Amino acid sequence: MAGDIKIRTRAAQKPSQRGTEESPVMKWVLIIVALGFCLVFLLLPLANVFAQAFSKGWTYYLRSLTEPDSWAAIRLTLIVAAITVPLNVMFGLAAAWAIAKFDFRGKSLLITLIDLPFSVSPVVAGLMFVVLFGLQGFFGKWLQAYDVKIIFAVPGIVLATTFVTFPFVARELIPVMQATGTEQEQAALTLGANGWQTFWHVTLPSVKWGLIYGIILCNARAMGEFGAVSVVSGHIAGQTDTMPLRVQKLYEEYNAPAAFAVASLLALLALLTLGIKTLLEWRQAREYEKAQRAQADNP
Amino acid sequence: MAKRFNALPGFGLTFGFTLFYLSALVLLPFAGLVIRACELSWSDFWRLATTERALAAYRLTFGASLADAVANAAFGTLLAWVLVRYEFPGRRFIDAMVDFPFALPTAVAGLTLSNLFAANGWLGRYLVPLGIKGAFTPLGVVIALTFVGMPFVVRTLQPVMENLEREVEEAAATLGASRLRTFVSVIAPSLMPPILTGFALAFARAIGEYGSVVFISGNQPFKTEIAPYLIVIRLEEYDYTGAISLAVVLLAFSFVLLGAINLLEQWSSKFQK
Repeated sequence: MAGDIKIRTRAAQKPSQRGTEESPVMKWVLIIVALGFCLVFLLLPLANVFAQAFSKGWTYYLRSLTEPDSWAAIRLTLIVAAITVPLNVMFGLAAAWAIAKFDFRGKSLLITLIDLPFSVSPVVAGLMFVVLFGLQGFFGKWLQAYDVKIIFAVPGIVLATTFVTFPFVARELIPVMQATGTEQEQAALTLGANGWQTFWHVTLPSVKWGLIYGIILCNARAMGEFGAVSVVSGHIAGQTDTMPLRVQKLYEEYNAPAAFAVASLLALLALLTLGIKTLLEWRQAREYEKAQRAQADNP
Repeated sequence: MAKRFNALPGFGLTFGFTLFYLSALVLLPFAGLVIRACELSWSDFWRLATTERALAAYRLTFGASLADAVANAAFGTLLAWVLVRYEFPGRRFIDAMVDFPFALPTAVAGLTLSNLFAANGWLGRYLVPLGIKGAFTPLGVVIALTFVGMPFVVRTLQPVMENLEREVEEAAATLGASRLRTFVSVIAPSLMPPILTGFALAFARAIGEYGSVVFISGNQPFKTEIAPYLIVIRLEEYDYTGAISLAVVLLAFSFVLLGAINLLEQWSSKFQK
């Protein structure tokens, strides 16, 4: 029934669109130029990563990945993401709750401040932590006295990564939570649920897709961050090299196939992130359409 | 806090945690940099921020970023138009792939682009004999930045293009306007604000970009060295004040752009109504 209507409206629209479309020749020229741009700037770089990674065969590929320094880099990247992402999820949930469910003065300033890390060059972000915790930094002497290493050690990498991935979860959650309003939570509270129960059973399920979206974006950036981490890491092989830093080191050692092998894992991560993101968007579009149709059916 | 009547619990806890986390992770590092910068005298700052090498680095950074933003404004508009208006095989795949530069770690982008455009790479082997050297040249910087900034214009334009009213174009066609005339005088004006917003976003991102550029540019002082790379060099020389001076220049520029983008977005949203 609904399908019928759709077909009819499409057919009815067709003739009236004449005069608002380019000629077929023009149309295909535009499509080909656009696809050419995509080929050079999207598809070839991606294909090249895998072609180069496997240029010396599977065994070389696997050996490059399991070689101790690369293996350590993979482990460190996973550890850093495993600390950074949960921290930023906690922050994102707290910030979104405060901003979306309550009114207070300075809210727009707070939102601007949350977005701040996005407008800072990653190198400058790294520099900020060196200024704080480096040897000549504000807390440098004090840290040295207690033999705590932050810069050129894992804590610095975690701090810098947390800084650059700071806004992802919060900025996805805030609009979603604002859109759902507070009525459902008010109802749950009236029915006797306590604050935590309301949060777990009412708020969290209603924002879960936005939350997942924020988490995958945050994770992709956390695993792939280069500039900020490069400044604070110290590049100690096997200890403070994350995967992107390992890629650079292998490249500078003229070991391109090994650099591409490590890079191929990061490219896979990017593809996976993109795949999940696209699925979530299609899902959302379908739900939106369903809601529209339901509304059209029962006016 | 001016809190309206609200029965929901947890404002104190979540607001407190938000402020604490924000202060510890963002405001404190910022304050540290600003305090160190303020300890410099004006003449020292000026001397460190405007050395010959720094000026060359700014010129390359701003010039290449501008070129990238222009290229993305042109191709991004075209790509968005093609994705919104036409049906062709693989459209949904390309649409999803537009975000690839955001998802791909910048180091990987730099690595693969430098390999593609090198003399023996897939593209370089045809381009280099023609005199188009994409690796280890200022052009390489533009290529890397164009890749990184690609999604901005497309993604800001797509929703606006989807909401364009076909009736207006029909009216123009009925009144005898050619397709080109319709595009220039009817469609283009309403696309201008989002194109400019995307342009500014791509530009701002390019100014601070580091990972993708260092692989492809070769980082030669005065020739292919970008400002963020010079900051890293100063740090490696333990020249903190030099690094901080350069960072302040980049930060100041980022904030000016951020303000401009906010104004553009306000203008844009006014245009939509």
